Order: sequence, then C-alpha cells, then structure tokens
Amino acid sequence: MGFLDIRNVTKSYGAVQVLHEVDIAVEEGEFLVLVGPSGCGKSTLLNMIAGLEAISSGDIAIKGRVINGVHPSKRNIAMVFQSYALYPNMTVGQNITFGLEMHGVAKPERDRALAEVAKLLQIDHLLDRKPGQLSGGQRQRVAMGRALVRDPDVFLFDEPLSNLDAKLRVDMRTEIKKLHQKLGRTIVYVTHDQIEAMTLSTRIAVMNKGYVQQLGTPKEIYDTPANLFVASFMGSPSMNLMKARVVDRNGAAHAEVTDAEGAVRHLRFSDDALRAWIGREVILGIRPEAITDPEGADRKSGNIQSFANRVAVTEPAGSDTFVTSTIGGRDCVARMRADADVRPGQVFDFAINMDKAVAFDPETEVRIGA
Amino acid sequence: MSAASQDTAVRTGRITRTFIYLVLLLFALFYLLPLYVMVINSVKPLAEITGGDMMALPKVWTIEPWLSAWSTAQIGVEPTGLKPYFINSILMVVPAVAISTVLGALNGYVLTKWRFRGDTILFGLMLFACFIPFQIVLIPMARMLGLMGLAGSVPGLVLVHVVYGIGFTTLYFRNYYASFPTELVRAAMMDGAGFFRIFWRIMLPVSGPIIVVSVIWQFTNIWNDFLFGASFGGQNQPMTVALNNLVQSSTGVKEYNVHFAGAILAALPTLIVYIVAGRYFVRGLMAGSVKG
Repeated sequence: MGFLDIRNVTKSYGAVQVLHEVDIAVEEGEFLVLVGPSGCGKSTLLNMIAGLEAISSGDIAIKGRVINGVHPSKRNIAMVFQSYALYPNMTVGQNITFGLEMHGVAKPERDRALAEVAKLLQIDHLLDRKPGQLSGGQRQRVAMGRALVRDPDVFLFDEPLSNLDAKLRVDMRTEIKKLHQKLGRTIVYVTHDQIEAMTLSTRIAVMNKGYVQQLGTPKEIYDTPANLFVASFMGSPSMNLMKARVVDRNGAAHAEVTDAEGAVRHLRFSDDALRAWIGREVILGIRPEAITDPEGADRKSGNIQSFANRVAVTEPAGSDTFVTSTIGGRDCVARMRADADVRPGQVFDFAINMDKAVAFDPETEVRIGA
Repeated sequence: MSAASQDTAVRTGRITRTFIYLVLLLFALFYLLPLYVMVINSVKPLAEITGGDMMALPKVWTIEPWLSAWSTAQIGVEPTGLKPYFINSILMVVPAVAISTVLGALNGYVLTKWRFRGDTILFGLMLFACFIPFQIVLIPMARMLGLMGLAGSVPGLVLVHVVYGIGFTTLYFRNYYASFPTELVRAAMMDGAGFFRIFWRIMLPVSGPIIVVSVIWQFTNIWNDFLFGASFGGQNQPMTVALNNLVQSSTGVKEYNVHFAGAILAALPTLIVYIVAGRYFVRGLMAGSVKG
C-alpha cells in the first residue's frame, strides 16, 4: 500500500467512459507525472484526487484513508492551477494565507507560516501587491506559495508551467525540482510536455484515451516503452519507427531493412526475444541518439552495427546535429555530435546501437519482450 | 477591462471635425430643450406661463411652485404635496433594488459556478421573465398579493418588483460570472471556503461594475413604474402615481409651474443615479467584451 493509492479508478460521463481502471500506488516523497496528449484523462484524474470531480468507481486513498466523497478542503491536499487562480482582490499575502484563515488558523501563526514560505520562494518583497501587478513567474511562485503554506500530504500540479514563456518555463522547472528535492514532498503533476515529465518525475504515468499506457521511471519509459504510443509520444525528436522483417542469419535474429538506395540490409538484434519472430514482420524502433557517427557511438554498447547510407538532410542545432537519411522507406533521424562531419548527399557510415533498439508487434502495437 | 482603449476615433480633418461638433451640439441642444422648458417654467409665477412665452426666461424668479409641489399641492383629494409619495417610492425602491440585486447575484453565481442538471433550462425560463409584459401578470399578481395579505402595501410593491426584476438581474450576473474563471472557485474550495464564503470573499469583491449596472437598471425601472404602483399601491402609492394625480386633476386651475416642478422632482432620483454611476454603467455593460 502506498502513500497515495489510486485503486481501479474509473470516470464516466453518462455512457462515455473517459478513464479506465487506473491503478497507481504513489510512495511518500514521490514525484509522479501524468503525461499524455490533451483529452487523455490526466487532468480528470488529477481533479478526482483533488475532489473536484466525483469518482465513478474505484477508490482513492491518502495514507490509507479512503477519500472518495470527502470535501476537497478536508483531504489535506493543495493544488497549483494552470491559470494560477490567484484571488484578484487580495494581496499576495492574503492569497497565500486565505486557506489557513479558512481553516481557522490564528493570525500570528498565519503570519509566521507566510514569512517562512515567502522566504523559501523569495517573494518577501511582493506580499503587499495584488496579483495583477505581478509577472507570470511571480504569479507562479505565489500559486506555489499558497499550496506550500498549507503543509499538505500531497501536492497537485495542473500544468503549472504551460502559461509561461519558454525560457521562464525551463527556469521554473528547475525551481520545482529543487523544491521537491529540498522538501521531499509527495507530488502529482499533470503535463502534456514530455520533457517536463522526463526531467521532473521520479515516476511517469503515460496516458492515452483514458488508459494508463505505461507506469515507470523516466528511464524505463524512455528506453523500454511498453507500446508504440509511448515510444512515439516520449522523446524529441521522436523515436524512428520503421517496418522490418525478422530473419535468421547465423543463428541470430536480424532486422531486414532497406537503405536509401533500396538495397536490402541486415541489423542484428541484441534481444533474444526476437528469435520467436523470425520470418514475421515487426516495427523496429531506434531512438535518434542510438544512430551516430562511429566516433560518437556508445563504447559500452556490445552491439554497434555499421550502416552506410546516403544522407538526405543535415540540421545543425548548435548542441547537436540532426542527420536525416532513409531506412526502410521512412525518414530516419540521427543525433550526432555538433562537429560531426556530415554533408547532404554523401554516403555516410552511420553507427547504430542495436542494444537500444526496440521492436513492436505490428498487430497489438505492444513491445516485443515487454 | 479597466484600461479599455479610448483611442478608437478615426482621424479626420479640422473642417470635418468642426462640422461634426456643430451637429452634435445642435442635437444636444435639441435634446436638452424639454428639460430647459421644464426648469424655467417651474420657477415662474403661473401668470407668466398662461399669459406669455413658454420659452422665455422668468421675469420674476420664484421657488413657490417647488414648495407647493413638495408639500401643499392637491394630490387627489388631500393637499399633501408629493412628499409622502416620494417617501413611499423610496421605501419601495431601496429594498426592491437591494433584494433583486442580491438574488440576481446569487442566481448568477449558482448558475455559473455550481452547475446542476437542467441549469440552462432554468436560466432560459428566468430569461423568459424579461419578456413578460406587465399587463399579463396584473390579475394573477393581485390575487397572490391578496392571499398573502400584502395588497395595497409598500411590502407588496417591493415583492412585485423583486419578482419582476429577478429575471433581469439574474441575466446580468450570470453573463458576468460566466467569464469569471472557475479555477478561482475551485482554488477557494480547496482552501476550505464554503458556498457563501466564496461568494462573499471571492465573487462579490470583483462584481462592482455589474452591481452598478443592476442597481441602475432596477432603480430606474422600479422608480419609473406606473402600472404596478397604480394597480397595487392602494393607499401607499408611489411618486409616479401621485404625479399623475397632480397633473391630471380635472378641477380648479391648472398650475403648470407646480406640475413642472413636480415632474422634475419625480425624475430627479433616477437622474442623480445616472450622473453618479453612469460611467460604471457603460463600463459594466462593456465588461468582458474586450480582452484585458
């Protein structure tokens, strides 16, 4: 049993079921990120934890206490909203202490808690201002202060960074991560941004169409995606996916693909599970960073395959250079060192790290060996 | 919405501008003419009106007509002046405006932030109340007031106007609160505020413009109402009915100067409300139409 238990929770609006049997046990101090495209049910799930939406079936429990039907204010949770939801008529100080006031905390104690939180978030100098006089980043801090001051069991974040501009978003992301490391509190965080999910979380639940597609650590999600959806949703640029036939060569399973010229080529699988698929078609998935120039290849990998192929496009991005070629009739992006010497039109010797390659069942879209 | 841009005028040449101002001035004068006639004739002795030019300034200035209209003029059979009826109107209008505005605000709050099954249908029905002509409800209303023992009393008039006004005030507040972010209500809920606490501490403090709209609208309509006052006022008739009794008296000399003074007295409260709160009225009606 976890600190926050979500047991077989479903949500329906009339005949339409928007969440299907979600089952997650969150440990104390965990940072769980719910990630998925819009309409996947992640915000609905968060609102159900918050008590803002009713649970159709199943249980949600905090510290072993089932909280179905318990009023939001009595669940000992705090939420940071996407729009910050600061009370426009109150000062920053009043905003932060409103919850304490409603819970009947005495004024001296409120002031003490306010001072503490303001110091932690470095907003001491803003306490007498109205939300309308603050910048986006400052409002974000106040919204977090309002949650922190309550000292709740669980923090809920509903896409808190999506209203900020790109640079501020990255800064605040680091800030939230720091805060989590410092305070060690349990957090459930909703986002549609897979980079936010990867960087912040201790565990990720990838959701789509009301189902949890995969629940795992960021590394598990990234390296061994449970299915095609998770593979293509997580990662930027996204995973290269191509059709390949599994063939037997010298007793080992190989992926048979075509190169840019249409010539048949073979890549040896590291995973023995693929032997069962010999003679059948799979979807081969290779992350861009698993395709490099020979010097940039991972030395620890036991299965680097050389793959000479014609370069179609190069995109220098400063820190990396993205090189597009064609494998199996599909565009295939490789991520190389910035100073890798690659030119469009050239036949280049790619190094493919097959230890990192995954394969999916084309019918069920589930990862083979999962 | 507070900083709605005023800089929307089309750039024009000096001649065009002069022409526009002249035309506007002319219309303004034309529009103010009746007021002018009323004011100057209310400070003239009666002989000057009956004997001469309505438009001319008085040769002898007097406030006698005003005093007469206020406290001694013959209203129906009693020489009481308009004073007691003015008080009746105040006693009717203040609670009626206050109650209908508060109820409208609560309705708007519930219809937008505490949605329930069938709320749009309910709102539609309430909107319907805005289109019901006064005459249709006269007889049923008289029966209801009789049953409740409120016939011919000021509280009865208050009830009638509250019932009739709720449709409008609900419409105003519902539309205003519809653009009020629901996340704020949710945040307050999680902070532990209840239904009335959220209304009082979160919603009302930002409702200024729409409260002004509702108050002006209700005040003007209720103060100026004649039909309900004449039908249900009994011995406690409001100002409008008394003014009619003053002006329409068919016996004795027609004291036009007193009539003018009485008419201005009857119009004064609404005029003051408009002058004091008018700019909020426009701002309130425009609220939400401009992003900001």
